[in-house]
Amino acid sequence: MPIGRRVRRTRSGEYEVRLPATERQLLASLVEALRAALTGDVRAEPGLRRLFPPAYADPADGEAEAEYQSLVHDELLASRRAALDVLEATADRTRLEEAELLSWMTALNQLRLVLGTRLDVREDAEPLPDPDDPTAPLAAIYTWLGVLLESVIDALEG
Amino acid sequence: MAAEAQTAPVELDEPDVGEVTATDVPWIVLVWNDPINLMSYVTFVFQKLFGYSREKATALMLDVHEKGRAVVATGSREKCELDVFRLHEHGLWATMQHDT
Repeated sequence: MPIGRRVRRTRSGEYEVRLPATERQLLASLVEALRAALTGDVRAEPGLRRLFPPAYADPADGEAEAEYQSLVHDELLASRRAALDVLEATADRTRLEEAELLSWMTALNQLRLVLGTRLDVREDAEPLPDPDDPTAPLAAIYTWLGVLLESVIDALEG
Repeated sequence: MAAEAQTAPVELDEPDVGEVTATDVPWIVLVWNDPINLMSYVTFVFQKLFGYSREKATALMLDVHEKGRAVVATGSREKCELDVFRLHEHGLWATMQHDT
């Protein structure tokens, strides 16, 4: 894809999404994989820990943390699924409403969090393209998601 | 400048420790640095969730990035729990604790 904005705000206030069909298919398949992962016991899955962080970091607040999680965990899970649903349902669209693009934003970020965790991304160490590395395809997808997310943010900031 | 003798004794409003409950103590919401979230994304989320100006959101994001964490909101336990939830919805690493 030539360098250019993948997402831009139109004069009518909607957003135009310019992505080749292959990238749209990739998005849909990434969403499908994450949604499948979210049907299991997400708290027992280390690869998903970035999606469900603790609210109380202090061990002394353990009781408050347990209470908090029992109240909101399902709501957080539902919110995550809702954003993924929007991205999947609109992955082939060229025009999006702002609310839909905001769902793209949080869904793309979820995908990056999960891939970044799996790639063990560290500070200031963008994975360099090394074709011999078995994680190279994943790293390429991670980088591409970042470019796409950046483009979504640019468009939303207008 | 008034002489010291003229200064009225100040009555300190000592809090009655016995009546202070956990919910009376202010809480703070911290966002922690992480290597995955984009700087532009974190800045955008601070503006969207808290209505902060772009300048303030950028300064907070840089604090998170450079100092490892920043206080992004304060308030009652209930308010902070809601703020943490919304930050978690957006994939930020946020926690809350007593303001000590």
